[in-house]
Amino acid sequence: MDTRFMMKGVIKALVPAIIASLYFFQIKAISVILISVAGCVITEYLFRRLQGREARLGDYSAIVTGLLLAMILPPAIPLWMVFLGGAFAIAMGKEIFGGLGHNIFNPALLARAFLMAAFPIALTTWTAPVTLDAMTTATPLGLAKFNHVFTSPAIMFVGNVGGSLGETSAAALLIGFIYLVWKKIIDYRISVAYAITLVCFSWITYAISPEKFYPPIFCLFAGGFFIGAIFMATDPVTTPVTKNGRWVFGIGCGLITMTIRIWGGLPEGVMYSILFMNAATPLINRVTRPRRYGVLRGQ
Amino acid sequence: MKTRTFPGGIHPRYNKEISIREPLRDMVLPKEVIIPLSQHIGAPNKPLVGKGDYVMEGQVLGKSDSYVSSPVHSSVCGTVAEIAKKFHPALGFTMSVVIETDKSKSPGVYNETGAHDLAPDVVIGRIKDSGIVGMGGAAFPTHVKLTIPDGKKIKTLIINGAECEPFLTCDHTLMVRKTAEVGKGIELIMDIVRPEETYIAVEDNKKAAFFAFQKAISFSKRRAIRDIHLVIVKTKYPQGGEKQLVKAITGIEVPPGKLPLDVGCLIQNVGTAYAISEAIYRGKPLIERIVTISGDCLDKPGNYVVRVGTTIREMLECHGIEFKKEPKKVVVGGPMMGFAQPQLEVPILKNTSGILFLSDDIAEDRKEGNCLKCAKCVDVCPLRLSPTEIIRNVRVKKWDAVEKLYVSDCMECGACAYSCPSRIPLVQYIKEGKMALEKRKR
Repeated sequence: MDTRFMMKGVIKALVPAIIASLYFFQIKAISVILISVAGCVITEYLFRRLQGREARLGDYSAIVTGLLLAMILPPAIPLWMVFLGGAFAIAMGKEIFGGLGHNIFNPALLARAFLMAAFPIALTTWTAPVTLDAMTTATPLGLAKFNHVFTSPAIMFVGNVGGSLGETSAAALLIGFIYLVWKKIIDYRISVAYAITLVCFSWITYAISPEKFYPPIFCLFAGGFFIGAIFMATDPVTTPVTKNGRWVFGIGCGLITMTIRIWGGLPEGVMYSILFMNAATPLINRVTRPRRYGVLRGQ
Repeated sequence: MKTRTFPGGIHPRYNKEISIREPLRDMVLPKEVIIPLSQHIGAPNKPLVGKGDYVMEGQVLGKSDSYVSSPVHSSVCGTVAEIAKKFHPALGFTMSVVIETDKSKSPGVYNETGAHDLAPDVVIGRIKDSGIVGMGGAAFPTHVKLTIPDGKKIKTLIINGAECEPFLTCDHTLMVRKTAEVGKGIELIMDIVRPEETYIAVEDNKKAAFFAFQKAISFSKRRAIRDIHLVIVKTKYPQGGEKQLVKAITGIEVPPGKLPLDVGCLIQNVGTAYAISEAIYRGKPLIERIVTISGDCLDKPGNYVVRVGTTIREMLECHGIEFKKEPKKVVVGGPMMGFAQPQLEVPILKNTSGILFLSDDIAEDRKEGNCLKCAKCVDVCPLRLSPTEIIRNVRVKKWDAVEKLYVSDCMECGACAYSCPSRIPLVQYIKEGKMALEKRKR
């Protein structure tokens, strides 16, 4: 088990989702993925060489960032924006902090936040799956928030909905999750805590008022939750190191995601909730430090 | 009995089958022995012999006036070639007595002494005179450990048959082949220490040892022996650590900076029990022990009876052990906490449990990468430390933060370094942190 194994494992876990995105979005998916990876890899190479350091592209981390960024972008996004996003993710999301292991925020999410702020229209223009018809589609969350229409969980599980490349097929992402946990590449705690919190929160609110809120299963499958909880929130660099800290992180993400989805201006809250919890990670680490070995409570 | 355990720990590939399947090989007298005057924790011994002296097997070569010390004996009959600074597996160069073996004399025969019902202080005295130290590797003088200070009582005596390091099987061999002697040694310890309860802990990968003990215990005439709790502990590294055994068996966590003694526990290795039995019932001082010769490079791995002071090179020559693969690393001890050696003129000591010859496949070159904060080191630490945070502060020399992360609690077991995907030498960084804090104190 070394760093390359972990990175390659993440890539392997993404394969089902990549295949799903290729099926649903075809040529658009391929281009976004390739340009995103290119943007990341080229930027990392240039940035490091200009610093006079080894490029160390063999650790696959730039490729992983590229793939993850592609997965959270809409299929119709102009490719130059994709490249810019990839470059931003590596340059501002990773390298200026000191490189692999030193960043505070998830680089892919940071890049998406940047693109969202800089090009809001492009980042919220969705495409119908398979037919690639751009005009009339919204994501399930968009439909829920603005039209109060809930897409059926079965359709969302398979992925025949609008959304970012990796957002659509929960089934494909779930396969990846099982693989990652089985190979001990990620800790299950964050994802499970996130899921449970999300479901509980939505269950309680839905029980109180079904007209105003979202059904729990819908919440689970809609939007970027799966890709966020499985691939973003589990990034070891930006998440707590203690077991309890990871539960806290997951719960925090769940609470913030639902809050944004219900009361925020945006239909989707996964991205910002994870970034927010990334910022809280050093504090979480300090607060959840385990009891010193041999020292009893109260000593 | 259900399997007990401690928090954290790792499951490395144990490779025990390499050495345990071989028969126990008899001792071969080496041409010369190098006996360091310091083979224990405590003050080094002063030599009692001079160059040119003829010494008998079992003769005391060095003694110290210090209480926490242990004498060293000659393991062969022969002439003192020199008393000089020679290589020591862990201490660099230390004062050693080099003896040229007199091959005309056959090895000593140690018959039953017929000793029985000895008073505890007599037994402790003989243990001290026989040079017995902790055989699990720490080499703490046993007579000191068994002398319980006033005001402290031993509630739980734990006999350590865990042998958690990969490759090593010398304790396993003792437990299976010399069960009766180990049992007699345990009985002697129990009579000195008078614990309320005695446990023998064996990892679950040594079922043969478990059954051997079970048989020996149940057939004993003494009630105290039949009452010994034979416990299977989960096979996990570092189960054989004292704090981990105390936790697994009693559930108590030894407080930082304190000893198991402070929570009423005492631990003795099965090898120490065996040495005690040999000393009391056969009058044999600690001049010989079973050593596991293993790794993936040898054609004849296994457990060998070795005279203390035999160099590694002589061991290989005397027994005709050849390399089927080129060794990259030669380790004295286990692969986790042992010491890599720069050459083979290294003497085998009283507390040497094994010598490993590791090839490229096992002793890989590790290039240090960036810390991913994956926290595998945090998950496996048996003492709940956070190596990732410790080294982050060591790197920028923030010693206050290092201290607050309880670096002094670390037992340097290496479980963290083993688990690190970025191949960071965590134990080395932690040692740096500890040394810096030590310097600050002075």
